[in-house]
Amino acid sequence: MTAELDVVAVAVFAAFFALVTVLGFVAARWRRPTTLAHLDEWGLGGRKFGTWVTWFLLGGDVYTAYTMIAVPALVYGLGAYGFYAVPYAIIVYPLVFLVMPVLWKVAHAKGHVTAADIVHARFPSRPLELAVAATGVIATMPYIALQLIGMAAVIHALGLQGELPLVAAFIVLALYTYSSGLRAPALIAFVKDTMLYIVVLVVVVVVPLELGGFGAIFEAADKAFRAKGAGGILLEPSQYLPYASLALGSTLALFLYPHALTGVMASASADTIRKNAILLPAFSLLLGLVAFLGFMGHAAGLEISDSNHVVPALLKAYFPGWFTGFAFAAIAIGALVPAAIMSIGAANLFTRNFWKAYIDPNVTPAGEARIAKRTSLVVKFGALLVILYLPTQFAIYLHLLGGMWILQTFPALILGLFVPHWFRAEGLLAGWVVGFSGGTFLAWWNGFKPVHTIVLGETSLTLYIGLLALAANLLVALLVSGVMAMGSRNGSLSIGKS
Amino acid sequence: MRKVSLLLAVPFVALLWVPFYNFGSPSLFGIPFFYWYQLSWIPITSLVIYTVFRKVRDDG
Repeated sequence: MTAELDVVAVAVFAAFFALVTVLGFVAARWRRPTTLAHLDEWGLGGRKFGTWVTWFLLGGDVYTAYTMIAVPALVYGLGAYGFYAVPYAIIVYPLVFLVMPVLWKVAHAKGHVTAADIVHARFPSRPLELAVAATGVIATMPYIALQLIGMAAVIHALGLQGELPLVAAFIVLALYTYSSGLRAPALIAFVKDTMLYIVVLVVVVVVPLELGGFGAIFEAADKAFRAKGAGGILLEPSQYLPYASLALGSTLALFLYPHALTGVMASASADTIRKNAILLPAFSLLLGLVAFLGFMGHAAGLEISDSNHVVPALLKAYFPGWFTGFAFAAIAIGALVPAAIMSIGAANLFTRNFWKAYIDPNVTPAGEARIAKRTSLVVKFGALLVILYLPTQFAIYLHLLGGMWILQTFPALILGLFVPHWFRAEGLLAGWVVGFSGGTFLAWWNGFKPVHTIVLGETSLTLYIGLLALAANLLVALLVSGVMAMGSRNGSLSIGKS
Repeated sequence: MRKVSLLLAVPFVALLWVPFYNFGSPSLFGIPFFYWYQLSWIPITSLVIYTVFRKVRDDG
């Protein structure tokens, strides 16, 4: 991709970036608490975000910049198969509606800050708590790194060379997250989401007009996929199960991520979350329209070396510099919001479930906030090092594994909320070990593809590895819990005691 | 959990059973059925959740 420096685009980009930087620091005074030196304030914004703040925050948090780059890239490469993100982003909301208000109530009543806090309260086992917390942190790290990839893609498309702009952007992000906590991304999310809606709605009207309408776009994409001999604008029957299982598995995983749970726990009431389950699908419409950019890439005959460049290349091909700068700023700011919340979520986990659990059990709320702030710096610095010194593909593989890993906390966190009597801590921990290691092995075995094919006699089933690992996890968790329950009923407490 | 909550299962069935919608026609504004069918489940799902919400909100 040619990347000549576009002065107008860079100026518009820099102006919006400066605006959100100011907002990030001002946020410390927004809905000003008596003190920010409390983890509920720094890490959860005071736990009183109402319906609209939560809508902007979760929308800005879950629909990340990487999503807006990667979904069109996947559709560009594979066609209909890449669209699985859309059914995923729809069916997640009935689930959020059912599950998250219950989780919120438990967290609110007991002052829990993280998923591992909730699990530990249900199943008083430090090893299980640590497993849930560690899974959250290591699933989040590559996700933060991917936000940086999204940001780097637009910075380079602007014609800015080298890594310095990326490093500078990240240092600024780290500083205002440090000083304002969750209030910073919450306030910036208003700007980010508004910009993103404007950009997507303009692009999906203007580009199809230039390309002769959606009919012509899909026709051109169909031709391109046929010429390539891979992908298509409809699914092959062999893709039905992978498509549906990826959608279902991703749905179950999404709200287990620390950044999504942080948004949930920061909201003011259970009804805030219920209303958001009704209102958040508006962002899924945006995602669906963004996915169409992948097809537009074919119709526009873009010549790109990396499918992640579809969106920047389309913008540069059809829009003047000022709009391109605005759109690129939307994407870059779209990376800042989730990156900030992810680092806060990871920092909360470290503070509550490692520092407080193992290093300093008597830490004060102010001490917790201090530890969490410092941890958020370390987490972001780590993600930056990953991007600067490791191949991009490495972060993408880790992210793929991360989704599968976080899914393995589903039994302990979600089923533990609804049917705790089905499980014992030892059973959940054994299930987690099996799901985590088995899933990782399967992913490696399949060359880091998300799906695995099981052959059962004549038929073969291709399914999302995360779901297979979750099934194994659940089976082991139930079996071990059952055996232990029987053991304790017989008065022999020796079985499987760890 | 109230009976009305079972409505929440409908979007799962409608979207996870791919043979329901893996067709090109009828297209809408040139968009194949596969895509506009799935997109149309966005407002439908919101409506479904809203319907259930009105029944359960007073349950606390």
